[in-house]
Amino acid sequence: MKVSVDMGSCHGHQMCAIAAPEVFGSDELGNAKVLIEGVIPAELEGKARRAEANCPERAIIISE
Amino acid sequence: MTDTRKPVESMLTDYDIFEPSFVANPYPGYSEIRESECPIARTERYEGSWLPTRYEDVVALAQEYEIFTSRGILVMPPPPGQAEGAYGGVAAPPITSDPPDHHWHRRLILPVFAPQAVAKYEQSTRDLCNALIDEFIDKGTADAAADYAQHIPVRVISNMLGVPLDMEETFTGWVRGVLENMTDMELRKRSRLAIIEYFLAQVEDRKKNPRENDLISELMNTEVEGKKVPIEYVLGVCNLMLVAGIDTTWSAIGSVMWHMAQHPEHRKQLRENDDLWPTAIEELLRVYAPVTMARIVDRDIEFQGCPMKAGDRVLMAFPAANRDPRQFENPDEVILDREHNRHVAFGSGIHRCAGSNLARLEVRVALQTWLARIPEFELVDPATVTWAGGQVHGPRSCMVKF
Ligand code: HEM
Ligand code: SF4
Repeated sequence: MKVSVDMGSCHGHQMCAIAAPEVFGSDELGNAKVLIEGVIPAELEGKARRAEANCPERAIIISE
Repeated sequence: MTDTRKPVESMLTDYDIFEPSFVANPYPGYSEIRESECPIARTERYEGSWLPTRYEDVVALAQEYEIFTSRGILVMPPPPGQAEGAYGGVAAPPITSDPPDHHWHRRLILPVFAPQAVAKYEQSTRDLCNALIDEFIDKGTADAAADYAQHIPVRVISNMLGVPLDMEETFTGWVRGVLENMTDMELRKRSRLAIIEYFLAQVEDRKKNPRENDLISELMNTEVEGKKVPIEYVLGVCNLMLVAGIDTTWSAIGSVMWHMAQHPEHRKQLRENDDLWPTAIEELLRVYAPVTMARIVDRDIEFQGCPMKAGDRVLMAFPAANRDPRQFENPDEVILDREHNRHVAFGSGIHRCAGSNLARLEVRVALQTWLARIPEFELVDPATVTWAGGQVHGPRSCMVKF
């Protein structure tokens, strides 16, 4: 699993970082920053999915 | 004061957002509209407005910023003779800005409110919560809204702006004049003017006696394309910090206190499980979302079958969206570890709350500090709790005993 963020839709709710702080953080504007480039470790997949399900802008893209 | 308002004939065609029972508890009304054949209600009161109640509709409206503009964002029209938004050239950027200016209006303040930037206010917020609790802890009773919640955001913002704390009561009065008592047009006008004059004097003072490390000075020294930002922008942002940062957050803290006073099981859960806090705060913000904004329709358009006209006001009922059963299972229930929570308490789209990380911090610290010192408490009498509503919903008096 890999994750990315559509920065055009991200408006900095930070719900992703609340749900999966290991995977998502914040840039200097408070918008999302993906902390794990490449494959998400298996034990964090659940949290990453939860982040996706909590983003009000549907800006998180999960690819398997 | 006797209430002279006309009784509401139907929520679908005659809602009144300032009607006292709706102010105290708007959720049954939202639900009635949401589950009717027409989930976007209409009223002719206060010069008319539309009220969408479904999550999907509210979010769709927020995304269409070219049609649903932010040139007027208050739920009531301005006093006669006064333009929407700006007052004497001073608006409240970025909340009252539309693209293209909105972009830089927002961009400039975002770094101040990023999670890593607001973290530095945690300790001072905790200290001020403790100082408030010191005042009443020995009495065994307190007003969780008026003695506690109400004092927290105004002090945090004063500290950020770099203005004296003794302005607290004055600021609170002005903010209520603009946001809560907005049916009193004269008071609203006076309050807005007072805010602008106050910050104008603060700016003048900083020109003579430059300072560092306060937001007003930082704003004054900000440059866009090699030029200092206009004074209207500086005053506008200061104005916004008061009107967007104070009433909103204090209402959220108040509602959370009101909830916790009635739910020992939730207090226990939070005491026993530290990991619960992040989702718990989001869930409480979802259920008690305090803020409703407005949009002005730019051109005639049919939205979900509603014939909206250029100039019409649309109320962005984020609190209604947050309780839509199509989006949230058991929407009226507080589930502190709710898994899926795309709540829009802070709005949606380009105007989404810039101060949300600060707001979350304040709500969390206020509740943590209270629970650490007053783990058990309850309402003195549920019937005596009073509420504000319309634009911002939250308790104004909420007596608890412990
Ligand atoms: C629980 C507390 C708060 C809630 C529920 C809240 C809610 C909102 C909402 C719903 C919006 C969207 C407005 C729209 O769509 O027109 C908004 C915008 C905004 N809020 Fe908050 N707010 C809170 C606290 C704060 C604080 C503490 C600050 C700063 C000190 C702040 C600053 C702003 C700003 C600057 C905007 C405008 C953003 C833009 O237009 O780009 N808010 N807020
Ligand atoms: S939750 Fe969505 S909109 Fe918010 S910061 Fe994360 S990706 Fe961006």
